[in-house]
Amino acid sequence: MPVQVLGEVLSMRRVGAYHAMTLVAPGIAERTKPGHFVALQVGGPESSMLLRRAFAIYDVKERGVYGGTVEFIFSVHGKGTAWLAARRPQDKIDVVGPLGKPFRLPKGKVNATLVGGGYGSAPLLPLARALRDRGCRVDFVLGAASIDRLFGQLDAKRMSSSIAVTTDDGSMGEQGRVSDVLPQVLDRTRCDVVYACGPMAMLRAVSELAAERGIPSQVAVEESMACGIGVCMTCVLPVIGDDGISRMVRSCVEGPVFLGDRVRWNDVGTVPADVLGAPMSTGGGH
Amino acid sequence: MSELTVRPATAQALPAVDLTTRLGDATFPNPVFTASGCAAAGQELEQFFDVRLLGGVVTKSIMLAPRSGRPTPRMAETPSGMLNSIGLQGPGIDAFLEHDLAWLAARGARAVVSIAGGSVEDYAKLAMRLRGQPGLAMVEVNISCPNVEDRGQVFACDPVAASGVIQAVRRNTDNRVPVFAKLSPDVTDIATIARACVNAGADGLSVINTLLGMAIDTTTMRPALGGVTGGLSGPAIRPVAVRCVWQVHQALPEVPILGMGGIRTGLDALEFVLAGASAVSVGTTVFGDPTAPIRVLHELAHALAQRGFERIEDAVGFAHRAPELYIPEEPDPVGDDEPLPARRSVGFEEDR
Repeated sequence: MPVQVLGEVLSMRRVGAYHAMTLVAPGIAERTKPGHFVALQVGGPESSMLLRRAFAIYDVKERGVYGGTVEFIFSVHGKGTAWLAARRPQDKIDVVGPLGKPFRLPKGKVNATLVGGGYGSAPLLPLARALRDRGCRVDFVLGAASIDRLFGQLDAKRMSSSIAVTTDDGSMGEQGRVSDVLPQVLDRTRCDVVYACGPMAMLRAVSELAAERGIPSQVAVEESMACGIGVCMTCVLPVIGDDGISRMVRSCVEGPVFLGDRVRWNDVGTVPADVLGAPMSTGGGH
Repeated sequence: MSELTVRPATAQALPAVDLTTRLGDATFPNPVFTASGCAAAGQELEQFFDVRLLGGVVTKSIMLAPRSGRPTPRMAETPSGMLNSIGLQGPGIDAFLEHDLAWLAARGARAVVSIAGGSVEDYAKLAMRLRGQPGLAMVEVNISCPNVEDRGQVFACDPVAASGVIQAVRRNTDNRVPVFAKLSPDVTDIATIARACVNAGADGLSVINTLLGMAIDTTTMRPALGGVTGGLSGPAIRPVAVRCVWQVHQALPEVPILGMGGIRTGLDALEFVLAGASAVSVGTTVFGDPTAPIRVLHELAHALAQRGFERIEDAVGFAHRAPELYIPEEPDPVGDDEPLPARRSVGFEEDR
């Protein structure tokens, strides 16, 4: 059950090309599981920006000096994230969380490969901790455009049996994409389950590589959201249900974590003709 | 529910103002509602506050059959507003009655069910399906969704088409359940459409739906929305909405209005009431602030109390009344039969 609280900035730090914000936000930390996200108001009470900005939760502390804290990583994309980047300790921000369906943990001790693109690695680090607490083997594959756009590689290295890093420009690790090295990692580690978070193109590649090997995958998608709580119907994508029927589902409440082989990657951004309630070929009408 | 988490400003008691409002034959305990398409069917908001505290929950427009809506991107943020091209995604009336309306009824919330169709017959069938449903407090007829591929099908742009739909819905709806027509601001004269709807049997009017708008992504140099055009909402449209409520109330002062369009605070809501709305819907603001309807309710009650209103109905349309009628009555400083004292001459200082 999410809560809406007026959070207070505890600290801001730069991590390469990214920003990390820690908010004192009572009630959120206690409920958070890896894969949950928070949605923040931006621009203050008189803001001309009405919609919330959603970020995967990186780290939580249930008890700090000031109460529970939530940390998330973000990159400046527009006016809203620029406003967030300019916040300073003690500034107030309205925050809702934890939101969404988190990653589901395996029942047994299995071998898990965690694949992160850019700051998509943020929710994978607490996931790695949870998996290791259950006795799972964890291997990381992290990729980014360049070294300053990798996040958490040192923590990932400490918490895993192996880590493979790729960058588009070769500034760290192998030059290339995570999908170039993932097949070897999956085979070498006898991977049982894949978890991934990052850009949609990466999630698609990861889901397909896992599916080819019969390995289940759970991927946290990135769709643009307006509310984060399931009322606006903005963040939909075509997903195949347990009954085999495809529906346009909300990534904020039915996701953001989906089974990789249930997302119709080819059709993201469209309304395929066979989803429930798709318009008739004769124009659609009202 | 075990935990009611609202921000401190909303957790105070309501002041002693009678907020009871009448919309047609229905009475609501207070005038703050959700807006269609901005609150799903209430269950998501129930995580943040008790939806029974609202005057009513206006549900997302429901159609006869399930509908997938339009492709993404469906939303573009604009200054103090947003464009959407959701395209009436929904589960269809059967699933809606079974899951959504049943939940609202069991919860004890007052449901205002918004219906949308492609033909007069669709609307008539939807109204028939709603007959006798527990929890149904009112029907809002969405004849003005701009997210349709054929703009000619926006019934609210044509008085004859609007009348046809409203007549069909009124005829097939329980007598005790008010039928409200939701109007589009994208018309030359909104009062003409309003009058046509009332003549066709509408018990009241919901004013306004979104304005048709468009944004272009300057990076991709393509339309920002998957549906190309979309509906503009949020505080950016509030002056348009207030103007529409004003005009409709002026033309039809006896007809109740549910006002909406960019309400973010209690004072925004008060503007609508003063313009002629008997109740208001809080819409797009909910996306950024899920507890906003409750906050607006408290702020509106305080704003009415501060202005000396004991009942909200006394404030409805107040801005239309000539100001000189409302100078507080005070006893004359001098008696009627005493002669007025001689006027004193006033001297002024020299200009330096």
